[in-house]
Amino acid sequence: MNSGEANRYVPQPRAPAMSYITAEVKATIDLSESRVGSTDDEATWDMAASLGLSRQLTTGAVLAELVEAGHDIVVCTADLGRPTQVIGFGRKYPDRYFNFGIAERNMIGAAAGLATTGHIAVISNYSFFLALMGIENIRNDICYPGLNVRMIGTHSGLAMGFYGTSHHCNEDIGALRAIAGLTLMAPCDGNAIRAAFRETISHDGPIYFRAGRGREKPVYDCAPAWKIGGSNTLREGRHATVLAIGNLVSASLDAADLLKAEGIELGVVDMYSIAPIDRAAIRRAATKHGLVITAEEHNISSGFGSAVAEVMAEEGLAARLVRIGMPDQYSLLGPPTHLYRHYGLDAEGVAAAVRNAISTSPSGRGQG
Amino acid sequence: MSTRPVHESSKQTLREKARLIRLETLRMTDICGSGHYGSSFSMAEIVASLYYRFMHVRPKEPQWPDRDRFTMGKGHAAIGLFPVLADLDFFPQAWLDTYTRFESPLGDHPDMKKVPGVDFSSGSIGHNLSVSVGMALGTRRRGSPARSVCLMGDGEQTEGQIWEAAISGAHWGLDNLIGVVDINSAGSDGHPQETMKTEPLKAKWDAFGWRTLVLDDGHDLDAVCAALDTAMNKPDGRPTCILAYTVSGKGVSFMEGGWEWHLGFLGPKDLQRAYREVLEGTIG
Repeated sequence: MNSGEANRYVPQPRAPAMSYITAEVKATIDLSESRVGSTDDEATWDMAASLGLSRQLTTGAVLAELVEAGHDIVVCTADLGRPTQVIGFGRKYPDRYFNFGIAERNMIGAAAGLATTGHIAVISNYSFFLALMGIENIRNDICYPGLNVRMIGTHSGLAMGFYGTSHHCNEDIGALRAIAGLTLMAPCDGNAIRAAFRETISHDGPIYFRAGRGREKPVYDCAPAWKIGGSNTLREGRHATVLAIGNLVSASLDAADLLKAEGIELGVVDMYSIAPIDRAAIRRAATKHGLVITAEEHNISSGFGSAVAEVMAEEGLAARLVRIGMPDQYSLLGPPTHLYRHYGLDAEGVAAAVRNAISTSPSGRGQG
Repeated sequence: MSTRPVHESSKQTLREKARLIRLETLRMTDICGSGHYGSSFSMAEIVASLYYRFMHVRPKEPQWPDRDRFTMGKGHAAIGLFPVLADLDFFPQAWLDTYTRFESPLGDHPDMKKVPGVDFSSGSIGHNLSVSVGMALGTRRRGSPARSVCLMGDGEQTEGQIWEAAISGAHWGLDNLIGVVDINSAGSDGHPQETMKTEPLKAKWDAFGWRTLVLDDGHDLDAVCAALDTAMNKPDGRPTCILAYTVSGKGVSFMEGGWEWHLGFLGPKDLQRAYREVLEGTIG
């Protein structure tokens, strides 16, 4: 074998299919503004239509409904109105829509200025360029003055896939958790985003919503119950409970199905409120099983699992904590579904972590 | 946008208000133990002209939606703003005596949550022109006659965000937005043009689509008022930038032009010399 062959890249199989992108879904995608049409190759069409597949990013539609309900909302973005799905809002309400171009820090400061004039200023942008590039502006311009700004950081975690590590956002929870007065929440699908905006619209102060790229498998059939500091128990389980956020909610539900066949009953809680956090839900999980499992698409150091660890330590909850998430490393690049599989952030990964946690816990299959 | 009436304050009044800014800056710095003399003295005529001739505010209704708004990119000069806000009765004069003391509302930088009359907090250089862009967008959307003024430093012109804000102000034709650059040639490390050259500033602001006015002497009250009148009352579809060439420490001979007094402290004898010069001065 020559050295060239040894270094040759071995192609990986195609990413696991996203089964929910059906022909019916495709048929509803509007490409009227694009020069790509239905007569083009399917692959050409697929790429052009891909933005339209971010069905779970309901932000624009929800905000339009809230304007109709009388809320004085303006929307800001930094050249990401299409991918973050607020461009429809801009078409409907051009006088309420401000696209700053690729100038995130200016956008954040101006959103703060807009909020001082009595508007509810909403920022919709990729999470990395919003939360990490903009953190100093978020802290000084929005949070320190306690302004009514809503930020939705989309494409969090590994969602940007092959665009690469520069676009992955596995640090925003850790960074933003350190900012006083900032409510931090993670709506896991389109209905959760609807609930998140609607139920907090009268909250006095800033909120950051951590969202995905909008192609997540939906968890909720309709807008769920939602409150600051709340959580939704989606499944009860005798043997262990996963406290999950974002994509890991649906992955954990699927893991629960897999484990059921093995006789393991896994509970799943959508812990959508990261700061403040639902301490009672953590207490319940810890006392029920003596084992708490957290799951997030974020660096496990400083993330949601760390917030859970703080509560467990402060409250003296004698339970083991297993954190599922990104290792404290820079992520690989690749299609998101490959990355989820690689890092154990899909159903199989969660199931494996749960199996391992239960088999290595002193209490065996928990105390339930 | 609409224009607003000009307050009938005499030139002598403005001169006395600028003197008040300098005297109180000396006194409050003495309370604190250090202060931004240079930055406060260089902007004195600009701030006095803004608040006593052009801006419409209601001290008893600080959040009046139609108020003109003033933000400071150069927030470290807040020591020169506080005496004006107290003089206008936004808050009691006695607050000035607590400057920088434990739990005082008044610190080195202005805080909108603690100080009535402060339209936006600052401290992190380069943020507030963006905030003023947002204010100008918001008040314009409401059909308000409010104008938003942001006072920047010349050292601040190196911040990239300034130019992001400049682009957006021009893009949206915000002629209710005014930037004033207090070019006092003093920064922490020396003269800003030596630390990092930003000139030619007029060519830059022109190129960014702003109506750019140059004040060769930012302490000449007639010239300052003429420029502010153009900027605030003669809108032409563009934001206006006033490049005000000033003197750091203006009004105290041994401080003038020295970057050493951007931030400093005066011992008792020097303080008395400074008081005397400010009291006897006839700037503007």
